[in-house]
Amino acid sequence: MTQAIETTRSAAATFTGLKCKECGTEYEAKAIHVCEECFGPLEVAYDYAQLRRTVTRESIQAGPNSIWRYRSFLPVESEHPIDVGTGMTPLLQANRLARRLGIKRLFIKNDAVNMPTLSFKDRVVSVALTRARELGFTTVSCASTGNLANSTAAIAAHAGLECYVFIPSDLEAGKVMGTLIYSPTVMAVHGNYDQVNRLCSEVANTHGWGFVNINLRPYYSEGSKTLGYEVAEQLGWQLPDHIVAPLASGSLFTKIYKGFQEFVKVGLVDDKPVRFSGAQAEGCSPIAQAFAEGRDFITPVKPSTIAKSIAIGNPADGVYALELARKTNGNIESVTDQEIIDGIKLLAETEGIFTETAGGTTIAVLKKLVEAGKINPDETTVAYITGNGLKTQEAVQGYVGEPFTIEPKLDSFERALERSRTLDRLEWQQVSV
Amino acid sequence: MAVKVLIPTPLQKFTRDQAAIECNGGNISELLDSLEQGFPGIKARLCDDQGELRRFINFYVNSEDIRFLEGKNTALNEGDEVSIVPAVAGG
Repeated sequence: MTQAIETTRSAAATFTGLKCKECGTEYEAKAIHVCEECFGPLEVAYDYAQLRRTVTRESIQAGPNSIWRYRSFLPVESEHPIDVGTGMTPLLQANRLARRLGIKRLFIKNDAVNMPTLSFKDRVVSVALTRARELGFTTVSCASTGNLANSTAAIAAHAGLECYVFIPSDLEAGKVMGTLIYSPTVMAVHGNYDQVNRLCSEVANTHGWGFVNINLRPYYSEGSKTLGYEVAEQLGWQLPDHIVAPLASGSLFTKIYKGFQEFVKVGLVDDKPVRFSGAQAEGCSPIAQAFAEGRDFITPVKPSTIAKSIAIGNPADGVYALELARKTNGNIESVTDQEIIDGIKLLAETEGIFTETAGGTTIAVLKKLVEAGKINPDETTVAYITGNGLKTQEAVQGYVGEPFTIEPKLDSFERALERSRTLDRLEWQQVSV
Repeated sequence: MAVKVLIPTPLQKFTRDQAAIECNGGNISELLDSLEQGFPGIKARLCDDQGELRRFINFYVNSEDIRFLEGKNTALNEGDEVSIVPAVAGG
């Protein structure tokens, strides 16, 4: 349905080019991602003076019910970007989870139900593939821990682009199936994500493909800013006090910050300090380790965790995530695989949201921060849930209950009901209330 | 020690558009000097003013990140493959 919505705004681009985040060297807005001078990452630069003049709360609200309502802040020129209904996911006030944790004002930004492939990656891919089409690519590709693969394959199918996907060979079955169904060519690489990424970096420029997370990275990563814009808009055009988000490469975390800052810069929200806290799995926590040790550099690690979607041992934006958490008086914490499973269950049982391992990591870290007194109970806190639990069922297999198998007879049902109540009582005795 | 070095796109203008070159060096430090001899200017792109490898560059010897080996002192053997790869995001 969103396809039918006409974009009436001007086709003129609001971005002016690419700029190195480290040394400031400027480049044309082409398919390049690193600075030739210093290898720093390239960022999209915008004409904020123009945005300040042309964008209002009303003009945003009059736009489509998707990330493209923020089109002026995204690096595309097309009159008709690829709009598959991505974004504008629920911001849920999580009262039951808040009470359980002992805080007062908690919100869940629920990208477990983002469209079309149930993770935040649909945001970045919608932007990357729109830009890929503008740059003349007919084939797109990615290196992925699963969610990005799902999203790239699905949106490429919708846009009629040829698609090649590279994944580690040990991914969860749901993530592999959720890619294959769209009929891309899938390369399952013997190795971890960092090795897949290295291979793709070597492939990237040899076949003339648009790799969403490599040569299209400056455009791709801008899509994550919409997670900042939406939360600000959904809170009634205000910024929260504290956000908690998962850290893999660190890109999402820094782009939420950029989104908030841009809204302040163009006058859409009032400025205020927002604390940024990051979540990692203990089995892959290079950024959390650097934070704990007070280092300003990241030492890569070899991942070993059930949280495969965030198992990046060599995080490209790790140093920026580290700086951001320190600068905003936030924290970066890690949790064990068991705590991640408990986090998935806690969110499901209190709020009715089934998230994947990355979300379990975020909830477990949120809990840990509250228990350590690192989240003020009165702060408006937003936890970002970035993926869906149906894709990583292996992670909770054996940790959830089983159905009572019964005969189609009343007495069979009554016996099972009695048994379930007994089990419930036993469970309650174990929980300290 | 003759080793094969894979050159990332941003540096290929130094290597006359070659994506792979043969080079010599007993370890990564020596390899960097040898690269600079063959392709003047390339070392300054890879190392900062203190001579340390820039933080957004990854070096791999036979697919292993040199930070898991001996860093710049990682020894090179005849026929090894060295990849120079800029950091990339994703997930």
